[in-house]
Amino acid sequence: MKILVAIKQVPAHDSRLFIEPTGEWIEENDLGYEVNEPDAYALEAALQLREQHGGEVIVMCAGPARVSSTIREALAKGADRALHIEEDDLRHWDNLSVAQLLAKAAQTEQPDLVLTGLQSDDLGFGQTGVIMAELMGLPHATLAMSVEVVDGRLRVKCELEGGWFQYVSMPLPALVTIQSGILRLRYATLMGIKRAKTKEVRKITPAELGAAGEPGITLRRIYAPHSLKQTQMLAGSVQEQAAQLVEKLKHEVRVI
Amino acid sequence: MTQTITAGQLLNERDITFMLYEWLGAQDLCARPQFAEHSRETFDAALEIYSRIAIDLFAPHNKKGDQTEPRIENGMVSVIPEVAVALAAFCEAGLMAAAQAPAHGGMGLPVLVERAGFAWLMAANPATAGFALLTIANVNLLLANGSPEQIEDYVGPMLTGRCFGTMCLSETQAGSSLGDIATRAEPRPDGSHRLFGTKMWISAGDHEVAENIVHLVLARMRDAPLGARGLSLFLVPKRLPGSASDGGERNDVSVAGLNHKMGFRGIPNTVLVFGDGSWQPFGEPGAIGYLVGQPGQGLPCMFHMMNEARISVGLGATAIGYAGYRHALDYARQRAQGRAIGNKNPSSRPVPIIEHADVKRMLLAQKAYVEGALALCLYCARLVDEERTAETTGERHTASRLLGILTPIVKSWPSQWCLEANNLAIQVHGGYGYTRDYNVEQFYRDNRLNAIHEGTHGIQAIDFVGRQLSLHGGAALGSLLDRMRQTASAASGIGTARLAEFAVALSGVIERLTHVAAKLVSQPEPAISLANATPVLEAFGHAVIAWIWLDQATAIGAAGRESADDFYRGKLQACQYFFRWELPRVGALIDAVERGDATVAAMTETWF
Ligand SMILES: Cc1cc2nc3c(=O)[nH]c(=O)nc-3n(C[C@H](O)[C@H](O)[C@H](O)COP(=O)(O)OP(=O)(O)OC[C@H]3O[C@@H](n4cnc5c(N)ncnc54)[C@H](O)[C@@H]3O)c2cc1C
Repeated sequence: MKILVAIKQVPAHDSRLFIEPTGEWIEENDLGYEVNEPDAYALEAALQLREQHGGEVIVMCAGPARVSSTIREALAKGADRALHIEEDDLRHWDNLSVAQLLAKAAQTEQPDLVLTGLQSDDLGFGQTGVIMAELMGLPHATLAMSVEVVDGRLRVKCELEGGWFQYVSMPLPALVTIQSGILRLRYATLMGIKRAKTKEVRKITPAELGAAGEPGITLRRIYAPHSLKQTQMLAGSVQEQAAQLVEKLKHEVRVI
Repeated sequence: MTQTITAGQLLNERDITFMLYEWLGAQDLCARPQFAEHSRETFDAALEIYSRIAIDLFAPHNKKGDQTEPRIENGMVSVIPEVAVALAAFCEAGLMAAAQAPAHGGMGLPVLVERAGFAWLMAANPATAGFALLTIANVNLLLANGSPEQIEDYVGPMLTGRCFGTMCLSETQAGSSLGDIATRAEPRPDGSHRLFGTKMWISAGDHEVAENIVHLVLARMRDAPLGARGLSLFLVPKRLPGSASDGGERNDVSVAGLNHKMGFRGIPNTVLVFGDGSWQPFGEPGAIGYLVGQPGQGLPCMFHMMNEARISVGLGATAIGYAGYRHALDYARQRAQGRAIGNKNPSSRPVPIIEHADVKRMLLAQKAYVEGALALCLYCARLVDEERTAETTGERHTASRLLGILTPIVKSWPSQWCLEANNLAIQVHGGYGYTRDYNVEQFYRDNRLNAIHEGTHGIQAIDFVGRQLSLHGGAALGSLLDRMRQTASAASGIGTARLAEFAVALSGVIERLTHVAAKLVSQPEPAISLANATPVLEAFGHAVIAWIWLDQATAIGAAGRESADDFYRGKLQACQYFFRWELPRVGALIDAVERGDATVAAMTETWF
């Protein structure tokens, strides 16, 4: 089975973020980067499927030269080879154009299964995988908690709300977006790092893929969330105050 | 009790990257045949594994390990289960063998990169890291001194984590003075020995983290002379090879008790008894041991491990100090208290305490100590690589001499000043820092050990003054002072007023130290030199750290990056802090030494 995993490099989750003077994006100079968390689980799921059914795992990552560290890490964990879509200015691409780019790149591989993370830690749209599937004409499932291949079909356990799950079965090829935390992640090993050096990283540009990156969405300005404290004094007897409090917690803050 | 700690609360990745690639030229090592298969990418990928494992598996149980001391159950020591999980992941990733040659299943990383990676584990959980540290040191000792069979039987299992190591030197009556060791080794016809005696303070002396434990034990063979020259080194496995059905017959080594420590509680510290008949391997009491190296060469063999261990102690002290600094920084950015000076409006919002000058002072002092110490530790690790792989014999010799004279400093300076950093980290936290709800009080307790084990602070000072200063006719000291002079001259060549100021200050200190060293070496009364040894060590320590700071500042200056971004601005400011506020301490320390002051030497026991 040929499994393609789309992975994204995002700012490390413990980074201190500063907004650029233009207000359009965060300062990238001093940032550390890491693999998007759900994508790490997508890779793990792919590696486990390969261990069970054989085949190959290819990782695909779009971004500037710095993403090669994320690609290398995936190779060191055991992916067989990689596809680096070289694009320095990905921040001006919206999720539709990124999905178009990834779909075109994926089509060069004709995979049996495409896995992506559920959403990205930086932008959090949760759209890329789903749009890719539409563009590639593949059946898809989102929020996957487990992925199995049974009798040549895919059986996917998806998370619903409130502790409910749904099992979906679909033919291959297919695309599944993976939820975080579903498996125990492996660590790269020093031997893996050594082996990664000899693995193929195919480089390709959006132009070569015929992808234009004309965004329909423009990110104009980003803001740090304001934390506000608003004090309200409750009046009346203790019972009345408690009743008002319950009311507010239920209907205003909606936590109970 | 499981905690979530971020990488930024332990070390600053950018700082490590700066030291490795912009200052110490780690990437240049790849031009040497020993490291030819590496590149910056493989170094970075390896460092990434260390930091991931540190954050995911070492840091979360640091507090739990502190609060759940090891226990003895049925004569066996148990530690919390997280320790074994963390160490198994460490071994599976190949980190135990990271710096070993590929012939031993290693990755052949430069020691520089391996130690930089290891710093993550020490910052995350020094106690759990201690198991690995001892084992790596044992492997290095066996590779240098062991027989082919000993290497065959034990190095492989240690590198894969099936077996862990200990070092058994100390006894109750023989701590600093190892020449008084009383453990005996009796020969047996088959060439093995039986050991009898009690060892005190043995870290990781017993546990069930791995199948087996290899004790490296100093003992005295029959008819050996008294004193250090009579000591030989023995390999004493907890479980003997090729015997009994259930994973090896038990050797006659038992735990008489645990020491209850101030810090480092996650790693058991044991009193180990050898040969009291608790177990009778092959029907006879006595712990079976195999001689490592030549008879009477126990201490030199052990010192092979000790020198390396001393760099590691310095690195451990640094890592804990660094983690304290990063915690304090985080806290100071979030804790709101008080208002800016001049703001008399009581209803205005309080400011984060990092805006208060005195808090900034405490943070800057910590930054200057811990980043200075880390730089020294990595500089020494780079010297180990030089010693092993530099092109010419001359370069290898120089590296070796520098390493020798820097060893007491890299052990003692971080142990003293990164502990002070931990003290300041508590202070930045105010009352909260004094509670067990926060991490910094544990850091302080953990770090307090480092001035004691692997040769106390005082013993380092005696080694430095009594031995290192005059070693090779003063050539080691000469190499060190030369390096310092080179940096001063390079710094003044950069052409900025700030670096020129530091260069002048360092040159002044170098001249004074040269003078003091000459005086000490020719001191007719060694008793006075010994009495003043610790201030001398501390003065040299401060001068060395100033030099290391200036060397980094010079690298930044040479690359034209003084104000490239806040990272470099911060580096230079910390360097300036060290030169303006710390380096002047050297003068105060050596004034009295230079006069040959005998106040301490003349003090008499009954006058107390
Ligand atoms: C937590 C912990 C872990 C340890 N782990 C190990 C281990 O794994 N293996 C091992 O073998 N040992 C271990 N040690 C032992 C450690 O190395 C010794 O404690 C240390 O060497 C000091 O010996 P001592 O405790 O007997 O102190 P002493 O030697 O009695 O020293 C007491 C004081 O006297 C000073 N002093 C002693 N002699 C002189 C002298 N000649 N001149 C000037 N001052 C002197 C010392 O500097 C010190 O301040 C450990 C100790 C601790 C606390």
